Amino acid sequence: MLLIPCPWCGPRSQIEFSYGGDASVLRPADDASEQAWFDYVYLRDNPCGPHDEAWLHSAGCRSWFRLRRDTRTHDIIGSAALGRSGSGTLP
Amino acid sequence: MTQPHRLAAGGVIDRSRLLRFEYDGSPYQGYAGDTLASALLANGVHLVGRSFKYHRPRGIFSAGTEEPNALVQLGRGARTEPNVRATTLELVDGMTAASQNCWPSVRFDVGAINDRMSRLLPAGFYYKTFMWPPTPAWWLKYEHLIRRAAGMGRAASEPDPDRYEHRHAHCDVLVIGGGAAGLAAARAAAGAGARTIVCDENPAWGGGGCGDGDTIDGVSRAQWIADAVQALGALPDLTLLPRTTAFGYYDGNLVGAVERVSDHLASPPPHWPRQRFWMIRAKAVVLASGAHERGIVYANNDLPGTLLAGAAHTYVARYAVRPGKRAVVFTNNDGAYDTVRALQSAGVEIAAVVDARPESRASGNLSARAREDGLTVISGSAVVAAQGRQHVASVDIAPLSGGPARRVACDLVCVSGGWNPAVHLFSQARGKLRYDEALAAFLPDSSPLPIVPAGAANGRFDLAAALLDGHDAGVAAARRAGVAAASLAAPRAAPQPFTALQALWAVAAPARAGKCFVDLQNDVTASDIALAAREGYQAVEHLKRYTTLGMGTDQGKTSNIVGLALMAEQLGVSIPAVGTTTFRPPYTPITLGSVSGAESGPHVEPTRYSAMHARHAAGGARFVNAGLWKRPHSYPRAGESEDDAALREALNVRANVGMVDVSTLGKIELQGRDVGEFLNRIYINRWDTLAVGRCRYGAMLRDDGMVMDDGTTSRLAATHYLMTTTTVNAAKVMQQIEYLLQVVWPQLEVCAASVTEQWSAVALSGPKARGLVAAMVDIDVANAAFPFLAVGACRIRAAGSEIPARLFRMSYSGELAYEIHVAADRGQDLWDAILAAGEPFGLMPYGTEAMSTLRIEKGHVVVGAEADGRTTADDLGLGKLVSPAKWCVGKPLLSRPGLTGPDRWQLVGLTALDGARMPRGGKLVADPDRPPPNLMQGHVTSWCFSPHCNAWIALALLENGRARHGEALWVVSPLADARVRVRVGSPCFIDPDGERLRA
Repeated sequence: MLLIPCPWCGPRSQIEFSYGGDASVLRPADDASEQAWFDYVYLRDNPCGPHDEAWLHSAGCRSWFRLRRDTRTHDIIGSAALGRSGSGTLP
Repeated sequence: MTQPHRLAAGGVIDRSRLLRFEYDGSPYQGYAGDTLASALLANGVHLVGRSFKYHRPRGIFSAGTEEPNALVQLGRGARTEPNVRATTLELVDGMTAASQNCWPSVRFDVGAINDRMSRLLPAGFYYKTFMWPPTPAWWLKYEHLIRRAAGMGRAASEPDPDRYEHRHAHCDVLVIGGGAAGLAAARAAAGAGARTIVCDENPAWGGGGCGDGDTIDGVSRAQWIADAVQALGALPDLTLLPRTTAFGYYDGNLVGAVERVSDHLASPPPHWPRQRFWMIRAKAVVLASGAHERGIVYANNDLPGTLLAGAAHTYVARYAVRPGKRAVVFTNNDGAYDTVRALQSAGVEIAAVVDARPESRASGNLSARAREDGLTVISGSAVVAAQGRQHVASVDIAPLSGGPARRVACDLVCVSGGWNPAVHLFSQARGKLRYDEALAAFLPDSSPLPIVPAGAANGRFDLAAALLDGHDAGVAAARRAGVAAASLAAPRAAPQPFTALQALWAVAAPARAGKCFVDLQNDVTASDIALAAREGYQAVEHLKRYTTLGMGTDQGKTSNIVGLALMAEQLGVSIPAVGTTTFRPPYTPITLGSVSGAESGPHVEPTRYSAMHARHAAGGARFVNAGLWKRPHSYPRAGESEDDAALREALNVRANVGMVDVSTLGKIELQGRDVGEFLNRIYINRWDTLAVGRCRYGAMLRDDGMVMDDGTTSRLAATHYLMTTTTVNAAKVMQQIEYLLQVVWPQLEVCAASVTEQWSAVALSGPKARGLVAAMVDIDVANAAFPFLAVGACRIRAAGSEIPARLFRMSYSGELAYEIHVAADRGQDLWDAILAAGEPFGLMPYGTEAMSTLRIEKGHVVVGAEADGRTTADDLGLGKLVSPAKWCVGKPLLSRPGLTGPDRWQLVGLTALDGARMPRGGKLVADPDRPPPNLMQGHVTSWCFSPHCNAWIALALLENGRARHGEALWVVSPLADARVRVRVGSPCFIDPDGERLRA
């Protein structure tokens, strides 16, 4: 069970959170092309190593945030606010 | 029988407390402090089971966790537990246990014929033999027989009557193992100010070593341990957890442990749990889990009467049990000489000490000293075979360099092939292992996680080194946890000269001397390993799966490395080149009860009740589950079936008026300047035009364009809206709204709050609904004043008071209908008030079944049935709702070619012809007699008997369905062996122009 650092509540157990998908794909502008939306909805990389994920502190402050996790080791590198266009990016 | 093999004095058992127990139906006695194994040995019982595959007689082999043989079926009835290690099972007064895998008895076992047939049962026989014939039915038949013939104990078939609990804990340093090294580590960590937890799987502290005669810091080892435990127990920030096995190391430095709280008590206090499941988050972990002794492979090395040397020592020193009368001790290291001394002190005759090492390598002149004591020490030699029927009677001893064997009579063989550090949790913590030639063992090397190995687990087998190592590990762990280092002095013991053991895994057994076992629990022999090597199963993970080496409840604690070494020999490579299999949790088996904890039966999931639940129950409701909610299915009257009740309730809605509890619908309050714009973006239809005091139906899509949910949203005030969602999707919609508001459109000024549980809601439907509502509320509800889709605040006249309420005019049934929302704590008052006021109007409550019938007749879709995640708004007949004037979530992908063609499955209504009954589920075909593949053109999504149509009707998704009204098709259900001719038509079976709901 991961120990997840919520950017607002600090480290909490994984059972308080819901996984929300790949945060490395940027959501297109509302009026972006069908192709841009298709890529956003369906195309995902399967990276080996550090990877940005969206998580919701669902049994806590109910904030969405970005978590950087190493897919090989489950090591958690950091967390930050989640924004549509890469705001709150991690080092 | 009165413990004939118990020594007159000694041990740490409590002779004042005599315990009675039953084993294989016979009564025995033991003492408090015994394990089942030590009590059995005290009574001369060695034979405790039959082996897994060959049904060979097996005896107690170890004195601890690593036991491969002595697995028993504990207890009876609902509390019976299979595969319990007799060597770690604390004896309890009144205990009953039985041997496993034997019939009719452990002494005379029919399955032993397998031993004679063993040439037919080589490694991998399961794969080789039972792949023919390839008919699955035959395979299943074989498998059933094999599983019955092999196997372990039996699980209880009744519900578990015991309670279990979960506990979360946090600490700076967790010390796993309370032996000398672990206690030294705990002292050091706690001394440095670290919040510390120490756990040990045993009931007593001090670890596995006997250490009789050792001194620490000038006192006896036992005294030092007692003092250390007392000192630690007095510390405020230190928790001692005996009888607690740390079984797994998980992400985030989480260690799982199971505490056996009351297993060792004959009659525990009623409020105690049986076991407690600990999830311990530690900033750093000291792993002082000790080491397991291993045997040496020779012919018939599995005969009862064969014990690990350290175990024999333990039985003598701790339990005051004499495990035999005449012993041969077979070793490749110094440790077994302690056993020799202990056995002698217990009056066991030492027939011979067989030391695999040549004379010159035995350090400290142990063998020479032993000879001076009058012992027969045979150096450079090995036990090559043992003889006996159900117990060792003699062994053959031969020089390792070759030469004739001599036979020595004995009833006890104590064997030591060296020690395997218990690196399991270190390996689980992504730790790398390195092979140490001097110890012939895998030792912890490095881990990226804060886990520090110490003591025997770290290859420090002598007491002085283990104490220092433990102390250093405690300091290091405290430092990694961010706590200042200690000034405490490390405990000291006299160093013992250490000499390398001589690696000896297997000796060449004489031809036809008997089977040479590597893995006692899984009956894997040395020749099985050779066979696996010949057949190409050389990789260590292949070897494991092909031969079953290292599987089972002991996971190869005594056997794994022996098997790896033999494979290395076969391949002519080094042992580290073969590598180890992955260590996986659990370290020892844990009960499923402890894993589920209190979450069993009705507590697996929370149950959600409407605030009016008690009224439904009093009204005779039958309940169904809707997500986590309990909802009334129907309200059957005396002698009425549920189906008849639902039919009556539905008819009454069409004829008079009905009321249904709709509190479970998701309710989300939205406030802020930009709610209209926000709704425009998440619903397919337009919302910026919604006036205050009005509500509207809307559907929302996923990003991929498929319908996600539907519901109504009302504008209560200029900047105040109330959204309803389906019961099952309430949480999902809330999550989506939060995502969009927080991440995608943070500039929108909208606040969302889930208020599902704050409001109770009742829908009133039927032609007489207005009369009933008018009789209860304080506002004008005439059609002109409160038309279809109107919303307003009002007060409900209830007995003795008025209830503030929100009134909505919306309809799900297709009838004139209203919804009334009140604060949840007034829900029961509302129900009572409607029930009382409704009598003159012919009011009846109705449940979800009647509600479903009404909505199918009206052709309303349900998310989950019609909107199944693959349907677009257009498929469901909601295409006209998609506003061309604005963007919304999911719209960019709606125009994909695959979502717009004529081959889409579209919503239609079906009417069964010929008075037939619609089967549960079914596919739509043109000709039911067409030979397969009979392509389906669609499928039924909802069905019911319609009292309005007086026929079975259904909603269905049908290819190009909207263009096919009037066509006749077949609904076939191969599973129900049913076929029904149906007529395709509009999904709306009643009042297509909506005159009733606007009336």
